[in-house]
Amino acid sequence: MTLPPFDRVVQQHGPTVYRVVRAVVGPSDADDAWSDAFLAALEAYPRLDAEANVAGWLVTIAHRKAIDVLRRSSRSLSMAEVPDRAAPHRDPDLDLRRALAALPDRQRSCVVLHHLGGLPFDEVAASLGVSSTAARKASSDGVRRLRALLEAGDE
Amino acid sequence: MSDLFSSVPAGDAEALATLLAARATDAGLVDVRLRTIDTRVGTLLLAATPVGLVSVTFDGADPDATIERLADRLGSRVLRDVRGLDDVAHGVEALADGRTRTFDGDLDLALASGFRGEVVRALREIPYGETRSYGDVARAVGSPGAVRAVGTACRLNPLPIVIPCHRVVRSDGSLGQYAGGEAAKRVLLSTEGAIEG
Repeated sequence: MTLPPFDRVVQQHGPTVYRVVRAVVGPSDADDAWSDAFLAALEAYPRLDAEANVAGWLVTIAHRKAIDVLRRSSRSLSMAEVPDRAAPHRDPDLDLRRALAALPDRQRSCVVLHHLGGLPFDEVAASLGVSSTAARKASSDGVRRLRALLEAGDE
Repeated sequence: MSDLFSSVPAGDAEALATLLAARATDAGLVDVRLRTIDTRVGTLLLAATPVGLVSVTFDGADPDATIERLADRLGSRVLRDVRGLDDVAHGVEALADGRTRTFDGDLDLALASGFRGEVVRALREIPYGETRSYGDVARAVGSPGAVRAVGTACRLNPLPIVIPCHRVVRSDGSLGQYAGGEAAKRVLLSTEGAIEG
């Protein structure tokens, strides 16, 4: 069995990878993070096992690249920043990103990999090197915290 | 649950693919770049390696099978480059639409090896506006008995239009087969004035 043309991988998984990096790095760095992820994937692609789980592999790369970009970027939002209650026009995209940035690292990673990357919890766990139970709990704690932060912002 | 994340967009697929193709080309990570163009003889799929244009096919509207074959033969690092390959695209467009006589860009003959490669090289010697029979080409490559094999090599020419297999016709004057169909062959030959249109 041979690998499909890389173009097909881009078409199939490009939107998911974009949502993963976009949720982490925001609009101005999302294109760079997306292309960083696919460039790294392209480099490694010929060595990938033809039976490999391509979605899990790509989403894991995308999440790592997004965190790299976030660390590099001076424009990143402060991790402590919470939704701005005074904003006259609500921007759900910005609100979600700020709320995500306020989560502890483990929770944010689990939420992004599971809810935006579409990975089942065993793959989230493998990607982060934690147990499946811990990944599931961190994700649900994260989502609860996100809702609380976003509702606080809606008042 | 999904409502929480519905505000996260999926990105502009074409702009992202263009960015990736540019960065990957700069990094030397692409085996094959792809682009489709619309011409009088149909929607063509163009494929280029770092060496040059390697394949022209008439299935640009539904190219999946060809893209898979190219990946098998030339490497799996295949990328669509919608806005790249401009020089190549304009060159082939001009040829197909009869605005120029020759293709000036670099070619990669990796898909035409052995006898087929010899035939393809001989096809490049047929002047614009003229035709040859399959037997003529067989004699030109020094295998006068190999008329059928020449026909096969013409049909499998990886670079039709650019390498003028359309200028090879049957000795009885009928057009013979063509990868793009007989109508496309007729358009190309009548544009050149080689046959009455």
